[in-house]
Amino acid sequence: AMLDPDSGLSLTIARIVQRLQGSSLHSQLERQARVSLHKPEIKLESLKEDIKDFLKTSGWEKKLQNAVYSELNVFPSPCHPAAPPEHMKEPLAYMRKAQGSWEKRILKSLNSMCTELSIPLAQKRPVNEQKELLNKWNEMGTDEPDLSLFRPVYAPKDFLEVLMNLRNPNYDNGEQPSFRTHLGLIQVPLKVKDIPELKEDFSELGLTTGQLGIDDSAQVPPEFFENEHVRVGQKVLAEQDSAAAQQYVRQGCPTALRADLWALILNISNQPEDILYYEQLKSNVIQHDLLVDSLIYKDVKLTASNDDYYFVFEDYLYQVLLCFSRDTSVLEHFTYSSATPPKSYIRGKLGIEEYAVFYPPNGKINYNSFILPVAPLCFLYHEPPKLYQIFREMYVRFFFRLHSISSHPSGIVSLCLLFETLLQTHLPQLFYHLREIGAQPLRISFKWMVRAFSGYLATDQLLLLWDRILGYNSLEILAVLAAAVFAFRAVNLMEVTSLAAAE
Amino acid sequence: CRIMAGKVKWVTDIEKSVLINNFEKRGWIQVAENEDWNFYWMSVQTIRNVFSVETGYRLSDDQIVNHFPNHYELTRKDLMVKNIKRYRKELEKEGSPLAEKDENGKYIYLDFVPVTFMLPADYNLFVEEFRKNPSSTWIMKPCGKAQGKGIFLINKLSQIKKWSRDSKTSSFVSQSSKEAYVISLYINNPLLIGGKKFDLRLYVLVSTYRPLRCYMYKLGFCRFCTVKYTPSTSELDNMFVHLTNVAIQKHGDDYNHIHGGKWTVSNLRLYLESTRGKEVTNKLFDEIHWIIVQSLKAVAPVMNNDKHCFECYGYDIIIDDKLKPWLIEVNASPSLTSSTANDRILKYNLINDTLNIAVPNGEIPDCKWNKSPPKEVLGNYEVLYDEEMAQSDGHDRELRSRSGQSTGVKGNRARDSGKPVLTTWK
Repeated sequence: AMLDPDSGLSLTIARIVQRLQGSSLHSQLERQARVSLHKPEIKLESLKEDIKDFLKTSGWEKKLQNAVYSELNVFPSPCHPAAPPEHMKEPLAYMRKAQGSWEKRILKSLNSMCTELSIPLAQKRPVNEQKELLNKWNEMGTDEPDLSLFRPVYAPKDFLEVLMNLRNPNYDNGEQPSFRTHLGLIQVPLKVKDIPELKEDFSELGLTTGQLGIDDSAQVPPEFFENEHVRVGQKVLAEQDSAAAQQYVRQGCPTALRADLWALILNISNQPEDILYYEQLKSNVIQHDLLVDSLIYKDVKLTASNDDYYFVFEDYLYQVLLCFSRDTSVLEHFTYSSATPPKSYIRGKLGIEEYAVFYPPNGKINYNSFILPVAPLCFLYHEPPKLYQIFREMYVRFFFRLHSISSHPSGIVSLCLLFETLLQTHLPQLFYHLREIGAQPLRISFKWMVRAFSGYLATDQLLLLWDRILGYNSLEILAVLAAAVFAFRAVNLMEVTSLAAAE
Repeated sequence: CRIMAGKVKWVTDIEKSVLINNFEKRGWIQVAENEDWNFYWMSVQTIRNVFSVETGYRLSDDQIVNHFPNHYELTRKDLMVKNIKRYRKELEKEGSPLAEKDENGKYIYLDFVPVTFMLPADYNLFVEEFRKNPSSTWIMKPCGKAQGKGIFLINKLSQIKKWSRDSKTSSFVSQSSKEAYVISLYINNPLLIGGKKFDLRLYVLVSTYRPLRCYMYKLGFCRFCTVKYTPSTSELDNMFVHLTNVAIQKHGDDYNHIHGGKWTVSNLRLYLESTRGKEVTNKLFDEIHWIIVQSLKAVAPVMNNDKHCFECYGYDIIIDDKLKPWLIEVNASPSLTSSTANDRILKYNLINDTLNIAVPNGEIPDCKWNKSPPKEVLGNYEVLYDEEMAQSDGHDRELRSRSGQSTGVKGNRARDSGKPVLTTWK
């Protein structure tokens, strides 16, 4: 629904003000303002102006700016005031319906596993078990529980099947098949960008702009680009400016500055209350055993433990993901996600709303595709509380869109369609050939995109890719990269005769 | 057979595919030990025989072997320490700034081997040192064994009573060198990554000791312990926690056959740069190169610099949590067994690059050649130190490139000492 710019702006402002009013930043600002009253430069006659000046010079205004910027990045623009809340989650009814059915399926699968194995969804741990877990908190990887009976709730290819079957009931593609027909697996008419639009949106990735990962290689003298770029990065960090950082990382982060730059963009600072929050989550894990815990163990064992780069961090992955599943603050993102957290009822009180809880507490059941996206972060943050916060923020900004059905341009459906469209438009011969041999390109690239390429790229390159995700606040680059990989291998791919060979 | 006259004839007593595949791909011909051979990849037992006074024989100009006759000066734990101590004392006597000490009497630039004593010979000296830090842990290693065999940790004098007795009675009892041990201060504050302990395995090729010319293989790796590291005393007996040798780790419950608990050095660098910063990471790698070169310089004077020889060493290095590297030991026969697919590729390429440098153009060698391969054949090796070039060139020459980027930082210490040590080390 169209909204005139002014009311749209005032709605946005109102929402941001409401959200920030409840935050710790607000109480800190109040405290700072009160403290400043003792300062000589604050005069009663010009109280308001003087305090504002003080907040500016002491860097607090910048912190507020960063917080506002963060809100703008995360929350979508508000819809028409008369639109129901579902529209913020997902404007298209058929998408909402599809997501709803998918969720029902997952929940059914989880419940039947639960019944089969006679394991409750959640139970309190006996005291001796709690002690044991606390002792080996830092080395859960050495545990070898019997996980043979647990299966992941779904695999990426199941999800792809669902996406392939999406149809817009209002759209009748009555045309005769022509060269314009979309030949790919995704058959919904979402708008995706073409190359000229992408070039404009991602202008800093043009050939004439310096990029880390390319223009800092051994053969290029550092004076050409690298030295200056590093200097600018250090300046951005010194200024603690989120918006500037986001602009800066579009050309890549120097490895030594990356951890701090990402934290700045995600607006994560080292607050004592954040560490306390993490400890609280940890104690929740110790006290209660959730069925999803076993699924998490199994997924980590299957993926990260066997990975050349990430096996080292296996223990951190357990810590982060177990805490994540208990984190109810994650439920917030469901307001702008097409997904809805599953509800469960206390035993014996089925259907009675007062006894309903979200299960798991953070609303996310399947972790199969998460393990690998957490792991690269371990190269940057070696303290679990900070690692946790960064992951959580990356999840509620980006990664959740890879696991739910929506029309959002960074949602997995749009990414798949963008990939297929780019490939069919620019490499039609390759696309047609692969389709003919039963190797639809999306079948190969889906798992890359759904994991944001984690596990498919060397870590240093992956981090450079994620620099751009943060910089552009969009996942579209995943589709572009996937298409580029096919373009790069086009000659070899034209020779293959099977899906396996193409893989 | 006349057609084969131009091809290199090879022998080996180490039946490993990474070696044999490399010989075959060059079209070399396998022969037996008692035939005319040009290239012999020997085990350390064989090299002992070749150069022994009784059974040895003269090598001719077209024969090359992969060990120096007395490599054990570097590769036996007790002799390595002895040579380094001697080297330091010599530098000190000369008044070299390299031998400078700090206020606690520790060498500033040459303190890279953990405090070590020979047992039973130095038993009393050891006890004196032990009593200074009674809560310290020490690691006992048999001098003549490899692959982590026979190693154990102690933290009480009673645990090495045997050597105390032996030291008292040893004056007329000849100790078989096989029973000699070294005891070193155990580094109980290793750098941990993901909570796990690891050590570094780096390959270094030496083509000549005088002048010293050595190359470092860019693709070293980290070996992680599969079990979480804890410094607690109850875990002293659990060798899976403390020893990173793959031979030991392979039998632990958590050993993984896909990655083998190994990480590339470039992963290590990425992790350290991201979490600690670029300067300290560069400094660490500089120091690692430094200690390797110093260890080679320490043994160079006593090495039999036989022109028929080259050698590829496996250096084991541990990094502590202050990012200081420690030299643990040097292996003359680094394992050529592959524990994973990645491993096999790495070792295959290692041998390939080694052969390209040691046997130029894959042709019948002439041991009189100047041992100066052109840059193009180095493959994954980089020049670590070239004494000849250092001497001829004076200062401002870049010898090391760190991750491919030239840095050209001058070594001030080196110039002051008047010694022809060219470094990019600060």
